Amino acid sequence: MAEEQQQIDDVLESDYQAGFVTDIEAESLPPGLSEETVREISRIKGEPEFLLEWRLQAFRHWLTLETPEWAHVNYPEIDYQDISYYSAPKKKTDGPKSLDEVDPELLRTYEKLGVPLDERARLAGVAVDAVFDSVSVANTFQDKLAEEGILFMPFSKAVHEHPELVKKYLGSVVSYKDNFYAALNSAVFSDGSFVYIPKGTRCPMELSTYFRINAANTGQFERTLIIADDDAYVSYLEGCTAPMRDENQLHAAVVELVAHDRAEIKYSTVQNWYPGDENGVGGIFNFVTKRAACRGESSKVSWTQVETGSAITWKYPSVILQGDNSVGEFYSVAVTNNMQQADTGTKMVHLGKNTSSTIISKGISAGRSQNAYRGLVRVGPNAENARNYTECDSLLMGDQCGAHTFPYIEVKNPTAQVEHEASTSKISEDQLFYCKQRGLDVEDAVSMIVNGFCKQVMRQLPMEFAVEAQNLLGLSLEGSVG
Amino acid sequence: MLEIKNLHASVDGKEILRGINLTVNAGEVHAIMGPNGAGKSTLSNVLAGRDGYEITQGEVIYKDENLLDLEAEERAQRGVFLAFQYPVEIPGVSNIYLLKAALNAVRKHQGLDELDAIDFLTLVRSKLELVKMDEEFLHRGVNEGFSGGEKKRNEILQMALLEPSLAILDETDSGLDIDALRTVSEGVNALRSDDRSIVMITHYQRLLDYIVPDFVHVLSDGQIVKSGDKELAKELEKTGYSWVNEDA
Repeated sequence: MAEEQQQIDDVLESDYQAGFVTDIEAESLPPGLSEETVREISRIKGEPEFLLEWRLQAFRHWLTLETPEWAHVNYPEIDYQDISYYSAPKKKTDGPKSLDEVDPELLRTYEKLGVPLDERARLAGVAVDAVFDSVSVANTFQDKLAEEGILFMPFSKAVHEHPELVKKYLGSVVSYKDNFYAALNSAVFSDGSFVYIPKGTRCPMELSTYFRINAANTGQFERTLIIADDDAYVSYLEGCTAPMRDENQLHAAVVELVAHDRAEIKYSTVQNWYPGDENGVGGIFNFVTKRAACRGESSKVSWTQVETGSAITWKYPSVILQGDNSVGEFYSVAVTNNMQQADTGTKMVHLGKNTSSTIISKGISAGRSQNAYRGLVRVGPNAENARNYTECDSLLMGDQCGAHTFPYIEVKNPTAQVEHEASTSKISEDQLFYCKQRGLDVEDAVSMIVNGFCKQVMRQLPMEFAVEAQNLLGLSLEGSVG
Repeated sequence: MLEIKNLHASVDGKEILRGINLTVNAGEVHAIMGPNGAGKSTLSNVLAGRDGYEITQGEVIYKDENLLDLEAEERAQRGVFLAFQYPVEIPGVSNIYLLKAALNAVRKHQGLDELDAIDFLTLVRSKLELVKMDEEFLHRGVNEGFSGGEKKRNEILQMALLEPSLAILDETDSGLDIDALRTVSEGVNALRSDDRSIVMITHYQRLLDYIVPDFVHVLSDGQIVKSGDKELAKELEKTGYSWVNEDA
């Protein structure tokens, strides 16, 4: 017990030292966005000059941009002056003191997902002593990674400890000029994750934001940067599978991945933010720019995403296939129910020779939701023998939802082979009755049929993610049939 | 086991079943025959609890409960099994997954623990032999790309695994060649027992050569117009169904 107490004390102590001084910890900036706001964020975080300069360039560029409107989504205009752009992590004392104080609806959801009790407490933000186990896991985990020379830390910490890496790679995949939300994020991002895997190193475990202290309080403008040096391998899990209640309306993150020669990055996301209620009130606008550069020869990046949350999901995890023989993969399940809207897909940009990409997209629409796949396959003039295979399947539940497919194909090299397959189907009464006649209730039947539909994607997920993701699919569609 | 009393059922306001009376005791095998449109499939769907049928009169008592008050899955959990005429494909869901989910749903209702993966596999392997199916079937999608014969054998495999008290076989012989018919029939015969009732619905007498019923009923225009033993089926084979309608 004495040892445990010591570890708890260490954690509490290290928490206070983690980049924030006490008086700032409870502080938020007032709503509004100006050059002053950007400077203030940078000042609070004690950033080096180069980063402030970069933020300011991004901000000035953002001012010249207009809100993009091409996506197949509708939402009220966002007042960017009405958002607070910096909110320090909450103090432990702000959270609920015990599970008794947590919204029972939230707990019911965790229970259905099979999240262990101590984990439920952590996710709901209950004070640290209740969640001692996961904290100690986090520490042993960090030691092991350090042995391998792997850097895995909050972005703001990397800025101080490894400014040369940040300077070299930040914005190298997603320039602040890339799009409206990327520019906004570049100007005001608060924190995120930083990962560097050294040459020839295979990361011995799945890296997950789950294990990072403070992750639960990461702001609405996260910035993630993952670099796999030559012959390195890493599998990264983003987000938690349990729903995060978030008061913020806009979530505009940027994720950049860089894979050098023969390196491989596997990036898995299970996104389950608050989708709003059945009438479309509330919920997160999830406008995210995710892009990977397969910079080295024979490098590989694989995106796997299961998107069930958010009122609006607008994102296209992409791969720039620069290195010869590089490989890009995109496996996606997007579920929309009630009034949710999703416009998601990928971009595979083939620049190097013998590059190949695979896109498997499964869209499930229920309620009055709209679900769109939007994907670009571009083959550059020098990309000899590029290959792409795309499969987009939509499953409709009920007759008031919509599924849309927008494939864009641009081929500038005659040796390219590009295949596209698409299908739309419905969960039939026959399938449901068949399952019920075998003793399954409607919810289990729907969950089973939907999971079958998504099998190609689900089996790409790491084991520990897959089970929760399966449960999540059933849960997201609860009440959508019968 | 099963008592159907004056059962009337309609689809979209059109009356299909017009006063069915039938008693099936434990251990009995009943064949229900009749021409197309007589209401055979409606009867099996109503008993299994499919949506879309309006019960306008009558009742069905199964094991002292009013069957019509129960949801389809509740009937299944209580031992009512329908072998489908057209088993549906469920892409991506492996056969073994559905079998396990189905068996555990029934076991849960019976207050038994769920079977773990190893016990389940041992059990299901023993049932595979009954219908002469390879283990490879377990890992294919439910009925996905199955031939007609494979689909029907898969139905009997499910029946063997779930061990229902009341099995309704809806046109189990349709679409089967003679070898497949023999395999399926042998499977069903092996499942005959004193505490299990079987109701076979068929258009043709052929099936009854393999699964010999205790009783044969002729269904015509929503009513049972004649009942007898297996000789009745042979008579039908010779004369067809036209006399039935004349008599009625």
